[in-house]
Amino acid sequence: MRIFKLILVISLAFSVVQSGAVDYSSGMAAGVRRYSAAAERGWTSPAPDRQPVITDTPATDEVDLDMDEYLYGHVRDSYEWHITTINGKPVSIPLPVIVISKAGSGAHIFSSKHLEEGEYKGFSIATSGKYENKIVEKGSGGTQVRPWDFSITKNVLGLMINSALLLLIVLGTARWYRKHDATEEAPTGGAGIMEMMVSMVEDDIIKDCVGEDYKRYSPYLLTAFFFIFINNLMGIVPFFPGGANITGNIAVTLVLALFTFFTVNIFGNKHYWKDILWPEVPTWLKVPIPLMPLIEIIGMFTKPFSLMVRLFANILAGHFMILGVIAVIFLTAKMGAAVNGGLTVVAVILGVFMDCLELLVAFIQAYVFTMLSAVFIGLSRPKAETD
Amino acid sequence: MSLITPDFGLLVWMTLIFGIVFFVLAKWGFPMITDSVQKRADRINESIAKAREAEEKLRNLASEQEALVEKARKEQAAILKEAASSRDAMIEQAKVQARDEAAKILDQAKVQIAAEKESALRDVRKEVAVLSVAVAEKVLRKDLENDASRDELLGRLVDELSSSKDLNS
Repeated sequence: MRIFKLILVISLAFSVVQSGAVDYSSGMAAGVRRYSAAAERGWTSPAPDRQPVITDTPATDEVDLDMDEYLYGHVRDSYEWHITTINGKPVSIPLPVIVISKAGSGAHIFSSKHLEEGEYKGFSIATSGKYENKIVEKGSGGTQVRPWDFSITKNVLGLMINSALLLLIVLGTARWYRKHDATEEAPTGGAGIMEMMVSMVEDDIIKDCVGEDYKRYSPYLLTAFFFIFINNLMGIVPFFPGGANITGNIAVTLVLALFTFFTVNIFGNKHYWKDILWPEVPTWLKVPIPLMPLIEIIGMFTKPFSLMVRLFANILAGHFMILGVIAVIFLTAKMGAAVNGGLTVVAVILGVFMDCLELLVAFIQAYVFTMLSAVFIGLSRPKAETD
Repeated sequence: MSLITPDFGLLVWMTLIFGIVFFVLAKWGFPMITDSVQKRADRINESIAKAREAEEKLRNLASEQEALVEKARKEQAAILKEAASSRDAMIEQAKVQARDEAAKILDQAKVQIAAEKESALRDVRKEVAVLSVAVAEKVLRKDLENDASRDELLGRLVDELSSSKDLNS
């Protein structure tokens, strides 16, 4: 019961912070920034000096919340880490841009703040087209060319921070075991929680799903679980260094899925390959048209694909839902104080609920990814069928 | 749409970062924890097994003890019984022996008494014989002073002698 109370309290704290400083992370569109700053002014000092744009002309394009930009701005990767906006001025951490030109100007490393004004050394952030919000350079004939882009983006920095945190936590726990005789005493505090979680993953997921030689795979599966879990959790934290939508990014989940894919297929035994290439089905399903082998080979790829999409879509959807709930506050600002106030309360309550849900999802998705990886690994090591 | 197209740079960074994290944790992180937990679990299982064994042993010991006491009691009873019977036998034997001994002594005494009586009788007889001879001498001396009685006596003696001769032959 205590752990639920803890979760509730944490989510409440997150929600309050989110609704208070909704403009918490990067990618907030200029329109939204203007809008929220204006709304703030309108909220603190009502009627007399309220800007006419907000009060009396609700339908102008000027103040309409650009919902797409608001939502996608929060969940996509970016070249700077936007933290908040004070008095209409964005406060953000510029990140290093590392690009290798395809047009022939070589490699460049520079701060992303140079790109705010527009073009820098021939590079600029595309505002539209195929490479929207990505760094492009001008190619021959005025076309946009995407250079090799190894920038430390918001997601890369987030990954680094979260990984460092994970290393700190796990190695700190391992250090406890190095310093103590684990057969004589059990850890308490942080190490105790980690031991509980590691044991839970190992006993409930890895041992059950992989089978007898689980020890070989347990480091990978444990790393995957805690990596996903900490990135999910940090994604819910609404301010720096959290808030980056890491596990809701398809590149990140693609790499995780690829790791599982290679683990499954490199260490799969001969029975696994026989089941794929010559499964136990009526022969006419295998020759002359290798129907079943074809399906099995497609299955090899759909399994990690489903892992990738499941994690990506769940986390992304969670971010969208929380953003949507918070957006209610700003969408209703022009409807007057009473409506806006009432809906703000509703939004905060819903926000608390969504954050609780996301905490649950953060755990469940890490659990599911690890469990399915373990199941796929277990399936890749079948024993010879005994008739 | 950029949301569902993986960015190449992020792919590279993610592979690198996850690879490093995986390598470090797989080498120095998780095996340490899982092995220690496994070791502790093994130890706990072992301890439980040992405790069960000890308990079993203790229970056996109690029953063994009980059996021992029971056995001792039985033995005690047997010994007592044996002792009683041997005592009875001894008393019986003693009695028999005493009786025999008494009988023997009695017999001896009887024999002796008989012998004493015989010798006493013999002495008396001898005395009586001497006395009667003396008496007879005196009587004879007086009788033989007249002829008639002397003749009669002589005749009787001859008769007696002859009859005793007949008897002896």
